[in-house]
Amino acid sequence: MTTSEYASARETTEGRVFTVTGGDWDSLTASVDPLSNEKIVVNMGPQHPSTHGVLRLVLELEGETVTDVRPVIGYLHTGIEKNLEYRNWTQGVTFVTRMDYLANMSNETAYCLAVEKLLGITDQITERVTTIRVLFMELQRIASHLVWLATTGMELGAISMMLYGFREREYILDIFEETSGLRMNNGYIRPGGLAQDIPDSAVRKIRDFLKYLPKKLKEYEAMLSGQIIWQQRTQGVAVLDVTGCLALGITGPVLRSAGLPWDLRKTMPYCGYENYEFDVPTATTADVWGRYLVRMAEIRESLKIVEQALDRLRPGPIWIEDKKIAWPSQLALGLDGLGNSLEHVAKIMGQSMESLIHHFKLVTEGFRVPPGQVYVAIEHPRGELGVHAVSDGGTHPYRVHYREPSFVNLQAIPAMAEGALLADVIAGGASLDPVMGGCDR
Amino acid sequence: MSIQPGTDSSVPVGAELGAPAQTPPSPDKGMFGVKGTGDVSGFGRLARPRPAVFDSPRPYGEYFDDVYDALEEAYPALSEAIEKVVVDRAELTLHVRAEHIAEVCQVMRDDASLRFELCSSVDAVDYLGSDERRFHVAYQLTSMTYRRRVRLEVAVADGVTVPSVTQVYPTADWQEREIYDMFGVVFTGHPNLTRILMPDDWEGHPQRKDYPLGGVPVEYKGAEIPPPDQRRVYQ
Repeated sequence: MTTSEYASARETTEGRVFTVTGGDWDSLTASVDPLSNEKIVVNMGPQHPSTHGVLRLVLELEGETVTDVRPVIGYLHTGIEKNLEYRNWTQGVTFVTRMDYLANMSNETAYCLAVEKLLGITDQITERVTTIRVLFMELQRIASHLVWLATTGMELGAISMMLYGFREREYILDIFEETSGLRMNNGYIRPGGLAQDIPDSAVRKIRDFLKYLPKKLKEYEAMLSGQIIWQQRTQGVAVLDVTGCLALGITGPVLRSAGLPWDLRKTMPYCGYENYEFDVPTATTADVWGRYLVRMAEIRESLKIVEQALDRLRPGPIWIEDKKIAWPSQLALGLDGLGNSLEHVAKIMGQSMESLIHHFKLVTEGFRVPPGQVYVAIEHPRGELGVHAVSDGGTHPYRVHYREPSFVNLQAIPAMAEGALLADVIAGGASLDPVMGGCDR
Repeated sequence: MSIQPGTDSSVPVGAELGAPAQTPPSPDKGMFGVKGTGDVSGFGRLARPRPAVFDSPRPYGEYFDDVYDALEEAYPALSEAIEKVVVDRAELTLHVRAEHIAEVCQVMRDDASLRFELCSSVDAVDYLGSDERRFHVAYQLTSMTYRRRVRLEVAVADGVTVPSVTQVYPTADWQEREIYDMFGVVFTGHPNLTRILMPDDWEGHPQRKDYPLGGVPVEYKGAEIPPPDQRRVYQ
């Protein structure tokens, strides 16, 4: 047995005892140059609480400074666009609503507007349908911005904001549930109309919500805006000016935070937005702080639109008149859930064979859409949501492509984060508000 | 758009015209051996019109003439670059030859009377069976200055490359990668043309029409339901 420099031995009555000391760490650390700029590569995500879902960032770091970022996406790719080609046009709604799961109503409306444009029935959509679509798209925008506030608060260290934001959003999800039966993935807005009418109880809830939220927003601003940590984590962080935004195709609150008031609801109106009174909030700082201000202001503007939409809500049909497109039945809540109303079942099963054939053909086969292609874009909570829909004249979509703002906006991460600190990657990424379900589709 | 009643459904739409077809024929058969449309209810109209999209005649209407004239002035080689102009459903589509797409985009972005600053979307459609040049790449351009939209469309056969527009519109980076991933269209001059949504070692391009949807049969309450692409389809 030998002894070494690091394991001295001594004889005891129990036998020989070795005392093992630390290795040659002193000499090892002494040989490392503290000023050497050794790069390390860090894999952040895809499972990481601060990356907003399954986003993976491959970071090259020099100390705490990020020199290179490569976003890696695709972890939530579910082939929704491919699946749409195997379902009829109406069934498509149930798929597209699952893309950006924080903005279901916007996804559905964009899809339905595209199908209606292909059908050439845009101006036959009833006033009530359009008003309810606007109402729900704006509630959806508020819900989405509240989740943004919640998750960004959490990522920057304001955990209580996370709890408050999700609490307020639940209020909106309750309204959705009251109307469509589902909190999320509603499948409520359909080509040609709406799955069902909005009940009075939901309208009352919306009125209550309109009174409730402004007070809460003030509380949150009181909590965050003056907070020195919040300010220092957001101001001057992840700056992207208008030139950068346009080159990278960035739209929505990020573009508006750079000072360009580009909002499709104003610049290329759809669903009658030109008839609503609201402003397009902008900021000039082009940083995370500006995006926070813009989103808070947008919630208030959306509340204004919701109020106006409620005031305009008049009784009326919720499907277009054309029976070759309108869903054949009125849904009603039965003991076993939502289904065809009993009157409708009695009619098709007992009185009118033609009604039965009509119902059967429309439900199993669906309607035909004249061939052609359209591109319809709406202002989604995250930017321009574009639907490129192609029909071959059949009952199924030939191709539907979603121009997802999350997908396009995520390209800005390298531009925002390279050269900044690692902590700013979190703030910058959060300020883009990516939803990976939408990004990967 | 002009609509022509169909004659022979076995001839692809684009074959007779020598121009890229807009729409492929959908299958008329397969409904329990019935020939023709098989539709006796009149629901889907007894005779199926077979559409063909031709050059739209001048004037195009709306702002489309202004855009075309401005483009012609700024890009003298336009007549070579453009295959046809289609106005349908109040949307202007310029069919551009693949080799000219980057130049046309450059002019569209930079000319003072065009100013298409934003490339909203780039995506592709696979017209398998109806067009020799099966892949159509569509560029949705937006002019924020004039609040206009124009679609540029490029048709290429399998294996033919398209010049990348990333030099003009950096936003096309990921979108071209997605098209490569999903359709296998190769963009020359793209800085990093790798797969983006599918894993790097994936074989095949899922959005191609000859790529199966996949899926397994599901048993539900004793009955077996086939995967979606093998179910009976009412066309």
